[in-house]
Amino acid sequence: MSLETPLHRVQGLGPAHSGVGHFWRQRVTAVALIPLSIWLVIAVLGLVGTTEAEVAGFFQRPWNAILMGLFVVVACIHMSLGLQVVIDDYVHSPGQRIFLLLLNRAFAWVIAAACLIALLRITI
Amino acid sequence: MAENPQTPALRARPLSPFTTIYKWPITMATSITHRLTGIAISVGMILLAWWLIAVASGPEMYQPLVAFVANPVGEVVLFGFLWSLVYHLFNGIRHLAWDLGYGFAVSTANKTGVLVIALSVIVAAAVFGYGWWLLHGGPRP
Repeated sequence: MSLETPLHRVQGLGPAHSGVGHFWRQRVTAVALIPLSIWLVIAVLGLVGTTEAEVAGFFQRPWNAILMGLFVVVACIHMSLGLQVVIDDYVHSPGQRIFLLLLNRAFAWVIAAACLIALLRITI
Repeated sequence: MAENPQTPALRARPLSPFTTIYKWPITMATSITHRLTGIAISVGMILLAWWLIAVASGPEMYQPLVAFVANPVGEVVLFGFLWSLVYHLFNGIRHLAWDLGYGFAVSTANKTGVLVIALSVIVAAAVFGYGWWLLHGGPRP
């Protein structure tokens, strides 16, 4: 006889509390970051030795702003998921673990917000 | 009293293997390096945010960033960021291939591991060298 409730069984998540969402999101963002990070490296190379006004001019071109915004958002999601695995693997005390997991989320949000607001100020 | 029939141990018996005495296989090294470079890129994202904020804030805020990047410590940080990104990209593609079921044979995983390390160093050095050339004596004055 199973003590599992019908709801728990139909959710199919077992004792892990979550499904394959983390794994899947990590892979999708990884694939998206292949072209985005190659674009970023090439973009930065093209801006070596330029003034801040020239960098601003670069990001004022719509495609560059779009790609930079996409890189920031996708990289921050991928970063948050990856650092979460590191914390899950190495931090065993529940209190420390929850604190670091929240800090990890906050870090990703702060980086994403700072980059996007700076990008908006450059482009608008 | 009878003597102990078992001869005493002549040498220290082996204990459970520790990571410190294992000979590191290449796959173990590439795996932990993937993690470390991921952490390094996360720290590097602060640099990216600093760059965008500095550009948004005008010339007087951009100057400290230029000074940081031009100084040897900044150059090392920038190269470390670049190499971490290139390594994580190449080894990430290796991981995605594994997720699709390719390249799992030990000999293949060892070969792609060496390939990823070599390629990441070559590409990162080439990109950094090209950037260096652009800054010091390239087409721009």
